[in-house]
Amino acid sequence: MSAIQNSIFTPETAARFDKLATIYPMKRSALVPMLLYAQDELGYISEPAITEIAKRLDLFDLDVRNVMSYYSMLRTKPAGKYNIQVCTNISCMLRGGYEILDHCKAKLGIGHKEVTADKMFSLEEVECIGACCWAPAMQVNYNFHDDLTTVKVDDIIEQYRQGLGKDVK
Amino acid sequence: MPTLVSHPDEVKVLSRRFGQGAANIDKYLELDGYKAVQQAIAEGPAWIIDTMKASGLRGRGGAGFPTGLKWSFVPKNDKAKYVLVNGDESEPGTCKDHVIFREDPHAVIEGTMIAGLAIGSKLGFIYLRGEYRYLLKIVEKAVAEAYERGFLGKNIFGTGVDFDIITQTGAGAYEVGEESALMESLEGKRGVPRIKPPFPAVVGLYGGPTVINNAETIASAPHILLMGGPAYAALGSERNGGTRLFGISGHVERPGVYELPMGYNLKKAIYEVAGGVKGGKKLKAVVPGGSSCPVLLPDELDVGLDFDQMGKAGTMLGSGGIVVLDETVSIVEFALRVISFYQHESCGWCIPCREGTDWIKKTLTRVYEGGGQKKDVANVQYLAENMMGRTFCPLGDAAAMPTLGFVKKFRQEFEDYIDGKKAGTPIITEQLHVGAH
Ligand SMILES: Cc1cc2nc3c(=O)[nH]c(=O)nc-3n(C[C@H](O)[C@H](O)[C@H](O)COP(=O)(O)O)c2cc1C
Ligand code: SF4
Ligand code: FES
Repeated sequence: MSAIQNSIFTPETAARFDKLATIYPMKRSALVPMLLYAQDELGYISEPAITEIAKRLDLFDLDVRNVMSYYSMLRTKPAGKYNIQVCTNISCMLRGGYEILDHCKAKLGIGHKEVTADKMFSLEEVECIGACCWAPAMQVNYNFHDDLTTVKVDDIIEQYRQGLGKDVK
Repeated sequence: MPTLVSHPDEVKVLSRRFGQGAANIDKYLELDGYKAVQQAIAEGPAWIIDTMKASGLRGRGGAGFPTGLKWSFVPKNDKAKYVLVNGDESEPGTCKDHVIFREDPHAVIEGTMIAGLAIGSKLGFIYLRGEYRYLLKIVEKAVAEAYERGFLGKNIFGTGVDFDIITQTGAGAYEVGEESALMESLEGKRGVPRIKPPFPAVVGLYGGPTVINNAETIASAPHILLMGGPAYAALGSERNGGTRLFGISGHVERPGVYELPMGYNLKKAIYEVAGGVKGGKKLKAVVPGGSSCPVLLPDELDVGLDFDQMGKAGTMLGSGGIVVLDETVSIVEFALRVISFYQHESCGWCIPCREGTDWIKKTLTRVYEGGGQKKDVANVQYLAENMMGRTFCPLGDAAAMPTLGFVKKFRQEFEDYIDGKKAGTPIITEQLHVGAH
């Protein structure tokens, strides 16, 4: 029995949310993880998702929105099925991060925070992702790809296009 | 995926189990896992804190505060107390916690338990940045294994002691790495820092006394208890006990995360451990401890990698992320990239940081794009100097310090650039997006 009737989420996610709301000394602590997991399932954080999460945590929709706008990973519009995030911070910059970013732009025909027409890919320039010693690096959804070259990037994009790329959920 | 590296000068304490599949609990147990925590239960809080004090361990998150002392500040009252492990790892140039979570997650769990025992806490949180989902899954699996074995939960190891661990994820925000902002985030709020005092040891998470430590600091604790405080201290330099993980990146032949004794010579770390400057090029500058640390010049590298020696050299040990720049780098461009990061990550709460980072970025952008004026260099310095010590949290300093380092040590390069004599090969090919949000 879910804590919420007619949840918009899959039964697994709803069950996960039920549990998340109980484990912390204060319910509200589940907010950021819930938003992230909601986004993983829906591709973005929709209005109904905000309303349901607010209800689950005894918050106003406005509280949820206020927190959401703080965190750069949370989005209110769909990204591509595979969101490519290229790091251009210092360690990556020194080893070709900008070249990788430009290559992705040219190859996909899209710019920063844009989505391809077939909705398969989106692209983002991001700050350091904690892979500096294996630079240049990028993430496709949650999966890390490092020691990149433009040839390697072509191969990675092709893999995802064919549905063979790894996805971390 | 992190590639593990190795060098004969390494002293493998923390990295002893790397590459051996220690994320699996059986392997971890085989490699002396969960022995330290059982000893800690047997010996009690005073022994743990004394051992940690004797070890000379200083926080690996950046500020280098002595860990044993931090733990001893927690008042002995009957309020609920918490341990909070900072795995937000977002300082550009830093990727060491990444390797720990991946290769030895049980060491983080065991360290959290030890910190909990030391301060009388029954609940610990391990907070990982949102981007580290695959690592969160590794840590969650390790936590589940520990519960299955009865190492976590009620009556751990059959000793009557209770201890729980909750894993937590962020969702992208550098500022959340600051300890009080991290607590706000964990309480489901925007990551805006809190005013201090009161310090977290007195009023922290959910208003309870809280010990917050970096993931590497926490993962060091089991090793310290096993080898003894003095033995650990002896590995390092004066007032800087033990070893730490240094990430060497940028223009070097063999970038990677290496475990070196505290006080190890920076020049040797670059030229011997990491194989020297990539492609035999000339060295131009070194950012020694993550992007917030003032830059060092090639003739300033004969210095020991510890908190005090780096401080004397006018910079910081920081998070141990050493970034090497060769002769092709334009410092104007590099400085712009660094300030763009801080401008993007400023939470906007206080004016000197919000406006300071913005104006420095605007001014450096103008210089970079060729419209710089003579007074711009002095203006950047003036802005940065006026941010120092005047902001609500240390992010303001973290933005001002490297900026001051660049304009002071490379003043001539900035001035020449404005005069049309540009040094270095441009890297940034298009307009800077980062910061556009
Ligand atoms: C803007 C800012 C970002 C920080 N980011 C981190 C971080 O990502 N990880 C970390 O361990 N400490 C970070 N710190 C330092 C923490 O505030 C805190 O000092 C540290 O977690 C304490 O642990 P330690 O004593 O083990 O170093 C940051 C500090 C500031 C001001
Ligand atoms: S110094 Fe910057 S990050 Fe810190 S509170 Fe002020 S505006 Fe926010
Ligand atoms: S600078 Fe790119 S991962 Fe750290």
